[in-house]
Amino acid sequence: MYMVLVLFGVSLLIFFLARVMPGDPARLALGPEATQEQVASLRHKLGLDRPLYTQYYVFLRGLFKGELGMSLITKRDVFKDLIQRLPATLELVMTAMLIAILGGIPLGVLSALHKDRTIDQISRIFAFAGVSFPRFWIGIMFQIAFAYILGLLPITGRISGDPPTRITGLYLLDSLIARDFPAFVDSFKHLLLPSLTLSLSPLAQITRITRANMIEQLRKDYSIVMRTIGMPEVVNIYKYMLKNAFTSTLTVIGLLTGWMIGNAFVIEQVFSWPGMARYGVNSVLRNDFNAVVGVTLVIAVGYVVINLIVDLLYGYLDPRIRLKR
Amino acid sequence: MEQVLRRKQKGNLARAFYRFKKNPLSLVGLSIILVMILIAILAPFIAPYPGDSAGAVHFKQMFQPPSWKHPFGTDEVGRDVLSRVIFGSRISLMLGVVVLFVAVGVGLPLGLFAGYLGGKVESVIMRITDIFLAIPPLVLALAVTAVLERNLYNSMFAIAFTWWPWYTRLAYGETLSKKEEDFVEVSESLGASRTYIMFREILPNMTSSLLVKITLDMGYAILVGAALGFLGLGAQPPTPEWGTLVSLGRIHLPKMWWLSTFAGLAIFITVLGFNLLGDGLRDFFDVEVE
Repeated sequence: MYMVLVLFGVSLLIFFLARVMPGDPARLALGPEATQEQVASLRHKLGLDRPLYTQYYVFLRGLFKGELGMSLITKRDVFKDLIQRLPATLELVMTAMLIAILGGIPLGVLSALHKDRTIDQISRIFAFAGVSFPRFWIGIMFQIAFAYILGLLPITGRISGDPPTRITGLYLLDSLIARDFPAFVDSFKHLLLPSLTLSLSPLAQITRITRANMIEQLRKDYSIVMRTIGMPEVVNIYKYMLKNAFTSTLTVIGLLTGWMIGNAFVIEQVFSWPGMARYGVNSVLRNDFNAVVGVTLVIAVGYVVINLIVDLLYGYLDPRIRLKR
Repeated sequence: MEQVLRRKQKGNLARAFYRFKKNPLSLVGLSIILVMILIAILAPFIAPYPGDSAGAVHFKQMFQPPSWKHPFGTDEVGRDVLSRVIFGSRISLMLGVVVLFVAVGVGLPLGLFAGYLGGKVESVIMRITDIFLAIPPLVLALAVTAVLERNLYNSMFAIAFTWWPWYTRLAYGETLSKKEEDFVEVSESLGASRTYIMFREILPNMTSSLLVKITLDMGYAILVGAALGFLGLGAQPPTPEWGTLVSLGRIHLPKMWWLSTFAGLAIFITVLGFNLLGDGLRDFFDVEVE
């Protein structure tokens, strides 16, 4: 319920941001050469000449019908544009998150077990670097190294030939369903650099938080008992300690997803990735108002939902929280 | 009594400094930042070609690779890249300072009010904060730049607009825990005003967490500012903003690699400096900051 309120607030915020800020969307869209009449007619067409609360009401009514208003560039409803581009962004963000989790957790465990030794120091340096790299720059450096110099991976885009038949819109999945293995390999190659670039900072942060939590678990009585009774170290670490350590890692993962969606805006631009974020940037650059509002809103909804899922998982992993409710 | 107190303070400082020194990485961070500040202040004197920081044009020497004369090479109109990167430090540091000044200035009092006054004030402020935090910062900043003219100052405004809720949260949490403590109760029973208690009793007690967060956030704010510049939504050419420089150089890859590489490296080193220092300060003050 609270979530619905937050989302309602978000819609208000974005809407009024778009309407109240100085600057006239119609004037911006038409450019400085347009005559006063042209601007007035576009204002009328977009409903900008009506009172604010009426505009908001119309906007909100549209939301329930799955309409976000017409894009000034594509001349289609923004919602349709977004649906078409969403899978590309999802594929990118999910792959990056997967890399960050699959890399970060074992690395964190390893650092914790070898606290203050060489592995730990290397992972610390890596973590500092990982959060300090400008994402767009490291993406460009990857392009220079792996694409231009070594020629191993493609520079930009999602796939070389035609995309596989659209079922989910996720090329990896679609090409698998179509049993088109060359397409699978090709889209995987395209996906590798952008998702790796996007995953670096979250990977570093997950490593650090997992390390901190694991060190805490290693000091707890139960893990000392486990060790003394001769429980195999692997079971001890991965079944018991990691599960406890993972709960606080999980909250960070929720936050990091939001971070990733934000930074996808930059990464998609660098790698000409045809996703929602790139669409968003172009809408901003070309003053496509409804599109900006739509992209921001869809992302906010996604982010709120992800945090809800994290909360639920949190309860699942930590019975103390689950039972308190 | 006074002597004992002073000795105790000195002891605390010495111990704190010892803790700080024990972490050599934070010293590295501090040196990086000091050097960057010096570079920014002295830019007109140390840049080999100060005139190149703006719209100068020397077509005779376009796209020269790094050499003794131009250690970072020259750009598409023959300007010295090193000079431009040096002047860029002014922009990025100023952006960080302005953004955090506004974010702390707005967010901190709100958090104090919400935490100390409670009731309706608390729910209104914290609900608004939640709404702002429901949108990833970079996305919200983009949406704000969409309605403004594209320039450096508006991009600072856009970032500050997304940043204040974090300080509201921090101040709110700290205030909640501090207001239960004895020193606040004593002040209250002595009849101190609420403003006095909030700003003179509670606020000084959160300085260390604030300082750590501000240091770390300087790095993040610079990154976001550079990202906006890179996307073409922040500073506009010929302003030598680092993100903008990387973006302009990208067109000429991979042959003119020096155009993007050095500007990006400058961002990386600066942000790294703030992260290292922030991490060191965190150990130094022994505080938890998200």
